[in-house]
Formats: sequence, C-alpha cells, structure tokens
Amino acid sequence: MASQEMEQLVRREYKEGFVTDIESDTVPPGLDENTIAFISKKKGEPEWMLEWRLQAYHQWLKMTPPSWAHLDYPPIDYQAISYYSAPKRDEDKPQSLDEVDPKLLETYEKLGIPLHERAALAGVAVDAVFDSVSVTTTFKEKLHEAGVIFCSISEAIRDYPELVKQYLGSVVPQGDNYFTALNSAVFTDGSFVFVPEGVTCPMELSTYFRINAANTGQFERTLIVCESRAQVSYLEGCTAPQRDENQLHAAVVELVALEDASIKYSTVQNWYPGDEDGKGGIYNFVTKRGDCRGDRSHISWTQVETGSAITWKYPSCVLRGKDSVGEFYSVAVTNGRQQADTGTKMIHIGEGSRSTIVSKGISAGRSEQSYRGLVKVGPRAKGARNYTQCDSLLIGDTCGAHTFPYQEIGNSTATVEHEATTSKIGEDQLFYCQSRGISEEDAVNMIVNGFCKDVFQELPMEFAVEAEALLNVTLEGAVG
Amino acid sequence: MLEVKDLHVTVEGSEILKGLNLTIGAGEVHAIMGPNGAGKSTLSAVIAGKDGYEVTAGSITFEGRDVLEMEIEERARVGLLLGFQYPVEIPGVKNIYLLKAALNAKREAEGLGEIPAPEFMKLIKEKIAFMKMDASFLQRAVNEGFSGGEKKRNEILQMLVLQPKLAMLDEIDSGLDIDALKVVAEGVNSLRAEDRSILLVTHYQRLLDYIVPDRVHVLVDGRIVKSGDAELARELEDRGYDWLLEGSAA
Repeated sequence: MASQEMEQLVRREYKEGFVTDIESDTVPPGLDENTIAFISKKKGEPEWMLEWRLQAYHQWLKMTPPSWAHLDYPPIDYQAISYYSAPKRDEDKPQSLDEVDPKLLETYEKLGIPLHERAALAGVAVDAVFDSVSVTTTFKEKLHEAGVIFCSISEAIRDYPELVKQYLGSVVPQGDNYFTALNSAVFTDGSFVFVPEGVTCPMELSTYFRINAANTGQFERTLIVCESRAQVSYLEGCTAPQRDENQLHAAVVELVALEDASIKYSTVQNWYPGDEDGKGGIYNFVTKRGDCRGDRSHISWTQVETGSAITWKYPSCVLRGKDSVGEFYSVAVTNGRQQADTGTKMIHIGEGSRSTIVSKGISAGRSEQSYRGLVKVGPRAKGARNYTQCDSLLIGDTCGAHTFPYQEIGNSTATVEHEATTSKIGEDQLFYCQSRGISEEDAVNMIVNGFCKDVFQELPMEFAVEAEALLNVTLEGAVG
Repeated sequence: MLEVKDLHVTVEGSEILKGLNLTIGAGEVHAIMGPNGAGKSTLSAVIAGKDGYEVTAGSITFEGRDVLEMEIEERARVGLLLGFQYPVEIPGVKNIYLLKAALNAKREAEGLGEIPAPEFMKLIKEKIAFMKMDASFLQRAVNEGFSGGEKKRNEILQMLVLQPKLAMLDEIDSGLDIDALKVVAEGVNSLRAEDRSILLVTHYQRLLDYIVPDRVHVLVDGRIVKSGDAELARELEDRGYDWLLEGSAA
C-alpha cells in the first residue's frame, strides 16, 4: 500500500483528536471504571459505548472465571494487567506495510508466505493490528466500490454507530461468560466487516493480529455482518514474539448471517506457546460465535490452532434460520507444555438446519488437549442433522487427549452422528515410511498432514500451505 | 552383497535368532522357509532396522557397510528395501505422494536432484500398468481400504519404483489368490537383475513355483538348519518341516 495512504490513515486517527487531554499512551496496570473511561476516551467513543462497556464491567465484577475446562493454570491477577497501550508517537508507527513489523514478516517468510507478497499478489486486504491500534488498512477503495465496509471496530463505532449499535453484542451478549464480559468492558481494537445485501465481497479479507507489548492484555472485538445474499471470506492469522510473562488474550468474534448469506471464517493461530516448561506463553480465552439468523444462511469456521500456552475456544453456530448450515473444521496441535480445551457448539433452532463438525487434535510432548463439543437440537428444529467426526492423534506417551461430546436432542426427527477415534502416531506408520527412505521428521510431517487433510482442504489455498508449514514447525523435534 | 554372521536377536527378553548365518551374492534370489515362529520375519525386520529387536551378537554387512550402524532410512536409501507382510495404512497421505517422497529421498542420497514431475508420472504410469493396478490407486491414501492383494501389489509397485539392490519380501504371498499371486510374482521376477538380490521369506512353497530361487534356506528355532537349491523347497512341500525339527532338536 502507498505510504501516503498509510500516513493519511494514521493521521486521521489522531486528527479526530480524541485523546488530547490524556497524558500517557499506556495506562498503569489495573482495572476499574476509570480504566474503562480512559480506553473509551482514548478511542474517541460516544457516550453510549462507554455505558455499554461499564454495563459489561459491572456484570464482570459479579462473575467468576470458568473452572469446568480441562486446563490447569495459576489464577490470573486481572489487576496486574495493563489494559491499554499504543505506540507513543506517530513517528514510531510504521509508515508503510514494509515497515509494519519485521518480525511478523520474518515469521511469514519462514513459513514461505511473505506478507507483502500475499497482500499484493493475492489481493488480500490487510487490517493489521499493531499492538492495540490499527495502523494499516489496504484495498479500501476496492471494497468501498463494492459497498463493503472493512475497518477497525473503533472506526466503526465512530463512523457507523447505528450498525454497531444494532449488531454488537447481539450474538455474544456482554455477560455471556467471564471473558466476554471482560472483553466487552475493555476491548481495544478488532475488525468490523459489513457486507450489504446481495454483495459478494470481491476479495478475501485478512487481519493479522499480533500481541506486542509485554504485560498487555489484548482484547480484540470483531464483528462481521452479512446482509441477505451477501458473502464474505475472512482470514485471521496471529503470531507473537517471545515473552517471559503470561499474556492474556480474550477476544470476542461475532458473526451475523442474514437470509441466504454466507460467512467463512478461517483462523491460523500461532501465538507464543511458552518455553519448554510452559513459561511465558499466551493465555487465549476466546469466544467466537456465528448467528445464522436468516433462512438458508451459512457459517463456516475453520481453525488451525498451534500456539498459546492455554487455549479456551469454542467457535459456535446458532442455527436459527430454516435450512441454515453451520460448519466447524479444526486442527489443534499442542506440544511441550501446551494445554488446549477447544471444540464447538452447534445450536439447532431452525427447521432443517444442518451442521458438520470435523475436529482433529494432535498432542505431542507433555501437552494436554481436550475436544469439547455440544450439539443441541431444539424442539422446533425438525429434521435437523449433525455429523461429528472427532479424531485425536498422540505423538509419544507423555501427552493426553480427551473428548467431551455433549448432545442435547429435543426433537425426534433429528439425525445426529458422532464418530471419534484416538490413535497413537503409529510406530508402524513411522517405520513404514522410514523403511522407504523417508526421514523420521518428514515421516511425522507426512502422517500428521495426512491426518489433518479433511480440515486443510477447507482452508483458503494460501492458508492451507501456511498451515502445513506451521504444523511442521510446531512439531519439530516432537519425536525421537 | 549381504552378509549375516552369527546373528543373535532378542525380542522382549527372549532370543529369537540364535546364531544365524546367511550370505547373499549379487543377482541371487534366496528363499527363507520354515515353520511359524522360527524367526523368519525377525530376520528381515532386523535387516530393515525395526525397533524392538535387540542384536546381542553377530553382524550384518551390506556391500561392506555395517548395517546395524545405519539409520532405518539410510538402509533404505542404500538399497535395502523391505516389503511388508502387513503394510500399514496411512490415512490422508496419497500413495503417489509417499512414492515420490521415497524416490526423492533416495535420489537425494545419491546426489541427484528431485525427479522432474513429467518423468515421475511417466515412470509411475509404466509401473502401475505392469502391476495391473488402476491409476486411481495413486490418489488413494496409502493402503487405506486396500484389499490384502492390493496391499501386496502396492508393496511390489514401490519396489519397482525404488529399484532396491536387495529386495526383502516378507510373506508376500500370504492372503493372495492365484491371480494376484501371479501378478506379484511377475513383478518380483521383473526385479531380477545381475546387480540386484532378492530375499523371499515364505511359509509356503507355492510362491516358489512362480519365483524360482537360487538358494533355499530352512530356518528352524533361530538357525538355518538346511540350505539347498529350489529342489529343497519341493522336498519341504512333500515332507513338511517335522523331519528338520527333529534334526535340530537332536
């Protein structure tokens, strides 16, 4: 993108002058009403938004962190976290995409996908989150022509307040759970996508998130709305540099699909998992939910989860519309001391609604991984169908894989299938490949990628390549 | 080419091979026969480098190199290739992908670059036709859902592509009907060459009607108790193994 355009964007954020009376760009650690007011003011938000945040905060105060997940971590001191940080001066901000973040670019280089090349060649619009402030948005023009709104949530709150008011919190209410309440109170940035009636978004939308400052919680808020017959494919990818202290991440993603609309949301998540002893990794408590509000609407989640010390994440679909379709394709890889409790919820409300769940979990090292999935069929969801396939692959004998499937079927016409397997990466499979001259490492990669194929083929092409590379990097040295 | 000397092998604490000697020259076809539990499959598994087999004494050399010092994949790359009795399934990994990876690993070890795609496709098409296999096999996951016969053909297909110096075939005839046996035997016979040796491990003489060996060895209780030419196999067919068992016990 032209550096001029970037400059304009950067300047605009400050031109609107929403922070003139604030001395510092980083708040001291701690959370109270003042912190929230600071964030809201910093973002130049209208009064109603601040009220919304405070409402969430008051709910959060009455809540306790969930303890049902198969995760083991020390209690988080929420008063020790700083809830806002931004690059201090305009001069410190990247002036062009090339400057966005050398480490980020380096990581993608390592994965074979240079960011600038992707942006330019693949026609991907990039709304990169650098620390907590959006600094770059590309391809705005092209999207503008199509009538698609793609901007940071902060911009959206200022520029499209009516849309935000209508949809924010309509899928994931503030007090849905402990982390959504926290997020609703203190979210600092994220993306907003609005695709109007009948429009197919002309390009895949992509946002790179990155956690950058030590000791700073990152609270992304993403809202994607597709009106009737609209379509969009959204890609989210993350990396994080090495840090010594645990970093909390509690994002909320809301998707709304109206009649005949289709949203495909793909994630490759590669946050710092901690060192060998699990020290320093990201804590990732994410709530992602899609609302198939309209008839025949379609929401598809595809995720490749390789990072974070703790993952707590259940991208879900509420299948409200008649004949609506929800999908969840997931590959989760844990190594070292990583812990992941992840899965999905498919809530069938509409008649004839269908859902597919394909979950592939790979555990190595001394990691612990759980699949937790709920399939719920309501009384009005006549003829609803679900197919669940849940496979676990173990590498070595010091890791754990657990499956917690829940089914609540309130309708006798529903068809619900569940298949689950747990296998150890076969000594036999390894020997077979090696006895064909293939090195152990290549053999593991081959077997693991084969295991994940059903999910990878759901990813957009360039993401699939990246995902395979990521898996290989993650499992380096997992065997032998 | 291959020299096994006084090989002692222990599996989970019990000795399976108890001083086995075997010499295979270039271009020769050897058959190891014997009753169940004699240690036939152990021999080929040890040569290929399978885990869980402890060599307590003896040596294996291949073209003068100490095989026991080599990694599994290294053994394959220098031309020691094992055809499995029960080839394992690898879901999601295309057969053609495994073949290409294996061939390229070998080429890399030989200092050649990766095989160009058109050349590879030509090679594969030729070999797959020879094995009377449908091209769709290449796109299917390795051994997944293959019938017993299809798995065995697939093993031979790999041999034809990888062109080993010593092909070891473990019970390649088990579970085959007569038509499949003929195809597999044809494949093996096509591998016969002056610079290539073949080691057949089999329980039944039937295979040796189609692949006529130069030497036949009878393995009983961890040792080769009798060696001879193809005639010995026929004798075993008529008389069974009992007379040799008695001989070994005496």
